[in-house]
Amino acid sequence: MTDGEEIRQEENIVVEVQDLTKRFGHFTAVKEVSFDIFRGEVFGLLGANGAGKTTMIKMLCGLSHPTEGRARVAGYDVVHHPERVKRSIGYMSQRFSLYEDLTVMENVEFFGGIYGMKREELKKAGAAMVRRLGLEEIKGRLIRTLPTGWKQRIAFSVAILHRPELVFLDEPTSGVDPVTRRRFWEMILATAREGYTILVTTHYMDEAEYCDRVAVMAEGEVIALDSPEQLQETHGVTSMEELFWKLTRGESMITNRDKR
Amino acid sequence: MITIREVSKSFGTTQALSGVSLEIPRGELFVLIGPDGAGKSTLFRLLVTLLLPDGGGITVKGIDVVKDFRKIRRIMGYMPGTFSLYPDLTVEENLQFYARIFGTSVQENYDLIREVYEQIAPFADRPAGKLSGGMKQKLALSCALIHRPEVLVLDEPTTGVDAASRTEFWGMLKRIQQEGITILVSTAYMDEAARGDRAGFLFNGHLLHSGTPEEIRRIYPYPLYACRSEDNYRLLETLRRDPSTAAAMLYGKTIHYSPRTKEQPVEELMTQLEASGRYGRIRYEPIPPTLEDSFAYLSTGRD
Repeated sequence: MTDGEEIRQEENIVVEVQDLTKRFGHFTAVKEVSFDIFRGEVFGLLGANGAGKTTMIKMLCGLSHPTEGRARVAGYDVVHHPERVKRSIGYMSQRFSLYEDLTVMENVEFFGGIYGMKREELKKAGAAMVRRLGLEEIKGRLIRTLPTGWKQRIAFSVAILHRPELVFLDEPTSGVDPVTRRRFWEMILATAREGYTILVTTHYMDEAEYCDRVAVMAEGEVIALDSPEQLQETHGVTSMEELFWKLTRGESMITNRDKR
Repeated sequence: MITIREVSKSFGTTQALSGVSLEIPRGELFVLIGPDGAGKSTLFRLLVTLLLPDGGGITVKGIDVVKDFRKIRRIMGYMPGTFSLYPDLTVEENLQFYARIFGTSVQENYDLIREVYEQIAPFADRPAGKLSGGMKQKLALSCALIHRPEVLVLDEPTTGVDAASRTEFWGMLKRIQQEGITILVSTAYMDEAARGDRAGFLFNGHLLHSGTPEEIRRIYPYPLYACRSEDNYRLLETLRRDPSTAAAMLYGKTIHYSPRTKEQPVEELMTQLEASGRYGRIRYEPIPPTLEDSFAYLSTGRD
């Protein structure tokens, strides 16, 4: 690798995690985790309940201090510059997204304000969002009167209103119908093509297949990290569901079924 | 075992269920699939006598859920979507409480809950409110089963549960089914539709279809291909614009593409697209529809 390439590579790292560890008393929630996430990547974080995903994400958002190791998001250290980190990220989950009793534009103004956007900047970004999603007719409507598909697209657009370097999607499609779910993934991928970096957690194993790379966590450690295709090949399985079973239960799914 | 006939229910101006009809034979494991707000919980609450229908009727073993609700309650086990045990009572106290209100004892039916309960037994003295999510779920299931109900109704037991734990949970349900208990489970995870004997797809208060996984696959009316290219996003847009396309949707790293008719020259189209050089190499193969393809087809244009 030439020097030039090395520099370019560095610039393209949006999330840099090195030996990141978090202990609560005697319990180690995250143990010496290291990985990088590159610009424009859709990166999936999978794991069983209690595997350390939430702790991991809290640290990356600057909400929880690592016990050891370091993490940088958009070039900012999560310990020394948590406020800068927070401004560099967007966040969306199915449970917490928009205020149902505010209109589309009121939500835009509210969240834009929270993300520290200036009035002019917010006005521009809001107008661009209305144009892109074709919201002219419904921008004055209360969120709760809109179909799920619209809510979801608007929630995602609001999360990226301030052009964050990194977008966290926490189980973004749980409880959503199949058409809406796939349309939403199209939107995520289109956004990644524009250079946004996406970090997504999900319990839908088929959704992991949309990701460029996937990290699987178990008991606080990253036990596998690669593209979904490569992971399946390496572990001799044909679906992400089988892979997840094998990695988290330490046996193949078929044997397990046979036992029963 | 269960007959649901033209059931409707509204809350104010919201029509939660519209003319839902369904038959569930004794001993079946039935999966009610639907997104949030489809009416799954409402249907279950009507079934377990916690709500009254506006129209239509439901019987279990011929017993009417409205007129004879007391009899119904004795033969039903119900696990609601939100944790509803007593958080200040210990694990063991909760279980004993539920056994007693049904006039039975933990000992009498312990064999039925053994597999589930043994996993939480080490925490028998812990208040239920202090359990982890997975343990709460196992306790709730134990409490719903302790009077050996004939019908077990579980409202979204796997929501927020990781994929491996969900697989285990379904394994547990299969073994409960083998005890002769009829089971109804609701879920928003489409991939769970194939885990039961039959599944019903509820959408905006309408039951759009019900059947075995095989029957659900068969309702997909078009030929289906899985396509892959070096620029799937672009290919998707192009396929969608093509008037001969019935459906094109992203599905992980592939595009599920359906031409309108079997006679359409798909090979010709793909060769042509590949020759344009805009998508790199295009690979495609005919595939059987997934359950989600069928559900997507059923719900298209109904939002």
